[in-house]
Amino acid sequence: MTPDSSRRRLLQTMLATSGGLVLPSLHAAPTTVPLLTRPIPSSGEQIPVIGLGSWITFNVGRDPQARAECASVMRQFFAGGGRMIDSSPMYGSAQDVIGEALQAIKPPRLFSADKVWISGGARGPGQIETSRKLWRVPHFDLLQVHNLLSWDEHLKTLQAMKKQGRLRYVGITTSEGRRHGEIEKIMASQLIDFVQVSYNALDRDVEQRILPLARERRIGVIVNRPFRQGDLTQALAGKPLPGWAAEIGCTTWAQALLKFIVSHPAVTCAIPATSSVAHVRENLLAGTGRMPDEALRKRIAQDVERLA
Amino acid sequence: MSEWWTYSLSDFLMFSQRSYYRLIALYNEAVWPAHLLGLAVGLAVIVCVARPGPQMRRVALLALALAWAWIGWAYHLERYADINTAGPWFALAFGVQALLLGFLAARPHGAAPARMQKQVALGFISLAVLAYPLLALGSSHGWEQSEVFGIAPDPTAIATLGVLLGCRAHAVAWLIPLAWCAVSGATLMELRVGHAWLLPTSAILAVAAGLLFRHSR
Repeated sequence: MTPDSSRRRLLQTMLATSGGLVLPSLHAAPTTVPLLTRPIPSSGEQIPVIGLGSWITFNVGRDPQARAECASVMRQFFAGGGRMIDSSPMYGSAQDVIGEALQAIKPPRLFSADKVWISGGARGPGQIETSRKLWRVPHFDLLQVHNLLSWDEHLKTLQAMKKQGRLRYVGITTSEGRRHGEIEKIMASQLIDFVQVSYNALDRDVEQRILPLARERRIGVIVNRPFRQGDLTQALAGKPLPGWAAEIGCTTWAQALLKFIVSHPAVTCAIPATSSVAHVRENLLAGTGRMPDEALRKRIAQDVERLA
Repeated sequence: MSEWWTYSLSDFLMFSQRSYYRLIALYNEAVWPAHLLGLAVGLAVIVCVARPGPQMRRVALLALALAWAWIGWAYHLERYADINTAGPWFALAFGVQALLLGFLAARPHGAAPARMQKQVALGFISLAVLAYPLLALGSSHGWEQSEVFGIAPDPTAIATLGVLLGCRAHAVAWLIPLAWCAVSGATLMELRVGHAWLLPTSAILAVAAGLLFRHSR
């Protein structure tokens, strides 16, 4: 076990037993190196390549201790230059947890990304308004049709909101390789700004068609499940990082996995979810410094496949 | 839900183990010392099932009805729904089960259970009332996350299977407790909780016992 992977395991153990408190001295100080940004293809707006997801990690109910920890994660995220936070009505109490923290933090450059997840287009506006109130924001930057549920009806709603100036970007989502055929059809035929898909060093199906199509159609790509919900980092824990990690400034597998993702030219932003301040710092560092080129990306994928 | 075959149980799990047990701890803190009442009612249910006579069985069923109603409201609707979008549906199911148990309590009762059947029934109820709360001690969770009969759904469901067995209750009354054992057992398995096997195993054994004893006198 390398010092870095054992450090990650130690941090995980401490989180499990101490309610999420992390001793800052055990991890590097926040980087002052700015986060790499990518332009959103439809507008040119620059967005940092590392965002923050909220599936499971922010669904903590009314637990005040856990809510405070989530707020600390968000505080660190914004302090490190992060902008995009992604959530959904499907994520239980996550939206409310985010909204409560946003009220306290008041970040200057939030990029709010949420979803509409309800069957029937007529019910979409009501759910969107409920979500907006939970976030405590005047409007969302991006709304996405979650897992393509009633996508044709909801896209009409979202496009109308965009025309009215109540929304800046429109997108669609899927995860774990589902419904890629339908995703491609929508990307090819509809005017959307973003597509959200699962992509990592093992799950690379999107490289064949969706990512090239996104570049062709000038659609931004948001990547979910960068660590397969922790399974990938757990499988690699204890495995020494290969020599190429130092070439690209990675001290942990999580950073290597994120750099693999965000170094793809079609990817706009990855949204790893975490309830750990130490991990959000670690993740943000992956958005800085040297990125792997195509040859190194191939090596990374091969090594991850071999070791995981 | 298209491509339904690509979904696994983990896709429906929307919270972490930590959030789940923190919910239980905060719930326990909020309703304490109701656990003492739950324990007392649980012991009373054991006594009622152990004693002969339909009146005692009615009392046990009525006590269970009140427990299911309480859990449906205080746990599922008021708390579990915060982290599980299915919470309100669970609350509804627990309310229906409360009504069913109340209806059974009011109905005339048939033949008494056979001796062995009663003993097996008491085994289930005792496990749920006396042993289940101690599981928290054997895990990393601690007393504050203990699950007590009449307060928490899992031991209440197991105890209910025992009472239904001991009362020779109609099969309809078994459906919701069995479904809960399946749903909660699956949740605990996905959360990688050590004793997750207890709920589905209890359900299978209770059904087996019910089928075995259905004709015995």
